[in-house]
Amino acid sequence: MDITQSHSAPTPQALKIAKVQRIQDFLFYVITQFFALSVLIALMGILISLLFNAWPALSTFGPGFFFSLDWDVVKGQFGGLIAIYGTVVTSVIALVIAVPLSFGIALFLTELCPSYLRRPLGTAVELLAAVPSIIYGMFGLFIFAPLFAEYIQPPLAGTLGQIPGFGILFSGAFNGIGILCAGLILAMMILPFIASVMRDVFEIVPPVLKESAYGIGCTTWEVVRNVVLPYTKAGVIGGIMLGLGRALGETMAVTFVIGNAHRLSASLFSPGTSIASTLANEFGEAEAGNHLSSLYALGLALFIITFIVLACAKWMLINMEKKQGLKT
Amino acid sequence: MNNISNINQSLFAQRKRANKIGLSLSMGAMFLGMIFLFWILGVLLFKGFSAIDLNLFIQSTPAPGSEGGGLANAIVGSLMIVASCTLISTPIGVLAGLYLSEYGDRSKVAAVTRFVTDIMLSAPSIVIGLFVYALVVAQVRHFSGWAGTIALALIAIPVVVRTTENMLRLVPGSLREAAYALGTPKWKVAYKVTLRAAKSGVITGILLALARISGETAPLLFTALNNQFFSTNMNAPMANLPVVIFQFAMSPYDNWVDLAWGGALLITFTVLGLNILARVVFREKVQG
Repeated sequence: MDITQSHSAPTPQALKIAKVQRIQDFLFYVITQFFALSVLIALMGILISLLFNAWPALSTFGPGFFFSLDWDVVKGQFGGLIAIYGTVVTSVIALVIAVPLSFGIALFLTELCPSYLRRPLGTAVELLAAVPSIIYGMFGLFIFAPLFAEYIQPPLAGTLGQIPGFGILFSGAFNGIGILCAGLILAMMILPFIASVMRDVFEIVPPVLKESAYGIGCTTWEVVRNVVLPYTKAGVIGGIMLGLGRALGETMAVTFVIGNAHRLSASLFSPGTSIASTLANEFGEAEAGNHLSSLYALGLALFIITFIVLACAKWMLINMEKKQGLKT
Repeated sequence: MNNISNINQSLFAQRKRANKIGLSLSMGAMFLGMIFLFWILGVLLFKGFSAIDLNLFIQSTPAPGSEGGGLANAIVGSLMIVASCTLISTPIGVLAGLYLSEYGDRSKVAAVTRFVTDIMLSAPSIVIGLFVYALVVAQVRHFSGWAGTIALALIAIPVVVRTTENMLRLVPGSLREAAYALGTPKWKVAYKVTLRAAKSGVITGILLALARISGETAPLLFTALNNQFFSTNMNAPMANLPVVIFQFAMSPYDNWVDLAWGGALLITFTVLGLNILARVVFREKVQG
């Protein structure tokens, strides 16, 4: 009798506890949600503050700002094309070199590597990704650029530089530092990022698929080309775009070796500048007014470009994860 | 009949050749990657080790043209900025990660937050420097250690959020259900059961965030700037290792360049050490 009564009518004390707990739960929900939203607020804040500060330059120079070659601090004429060109070209060079290499590394780690080496080598690749970018910059400036000028630039100019038309890319003085050197250092930097994403997506491929291909007599290379790559296409492209996003926004590694010259030159050997390295060099000393505002405009352009690239990368990788979900 | 087997054989030889070439190139790529790693570490050890002595840790950065000097002010500055950044970003990151893992399954808000956090993980750090400059430095009209801290926190928080969420998701649902069955309220389950079960995973995330921000240079250039003198005032421009390395490496003075290599060695091995520590913590958890 007692027992059923206590079930049907909770004591006032229990009701009170339940009420307190409901309030606590609600508070917990609101607080954690607030902090999660703070990331969104930060993103909006970045966009708004950049746009607000870039507005004077954008309204003075109009959309032509992004297509103008001028960058004259004395005359107060500013345009972003040289920096945008440098950013895009160094990133493209980096991708052209890093993508095949990281594909090779990912292939080695998933298909060829003896299992006892798999973890140490995988960790080594991830450590390469963890090395701070300023170290890549110093390494590029003091070690790589002199070697590059002495041993790589002359043969490049002697071979590729002799091709009519195309050869102009590899002409000019052998300074070491310049756009090509910056691209190579960037390649070294994004290599481990792309390689570890590729390795992760290669591991998603169901073993049954690979085993059936091996079973009908495919070689390892054929399995990778005809089974693994088609299956992981979206993930591989996502990984490449993630690397591109990193390369576009990289500051320190590029600033050390790009030469920081506001000149547009056809040769990849000549010094240039990128958005990030222009910001690193000039922002601290810029006078308020059009110069500072133009730098904000460059920052805004960089942020929007990388945001779009990274969003595409993420979208492709999410689709890949869904595929993994289907597997199990 | 003979003809067919000839064709087969040449096809087979061709396929074997393609296989060999492909796999050798793959091994070559791995080899090249390892060369890069050991080349960079070797150069750092070779150049940096000669610069490391007691003076590096007890003297402040030298004035232009003067002999000797060390990095004491930069080391202390870096430690203070990174420590305060960790204190700020850990609670924010962990709470946001809790929201994403405990409430974020069906909510649109959580999906968007997750997406944005992933993008912020790779967002160009120099733009975050610009943002904090506009938000803090331009308003109070001077560079400060706090501005540097805020800039680094904006980079660290996404790292903590995402690792925390992933680690909390590894906690088995049955553990949560057992706690609910005892009548535990949700916040207590999250805080006392889930979070505690994923403790070492969360620590891994914090260590990774620490490793990430310890080497960041770009966002500090326009926020903490640099200070030639020893200072522990977070409200004033503050020396820090990455910016000192940047300025000294680009300078014409030999002793400055040497100090930059010493600092580079310190930073790299701190960052790699933190990374390895994070792995060890995580592995122990998975095995235990």
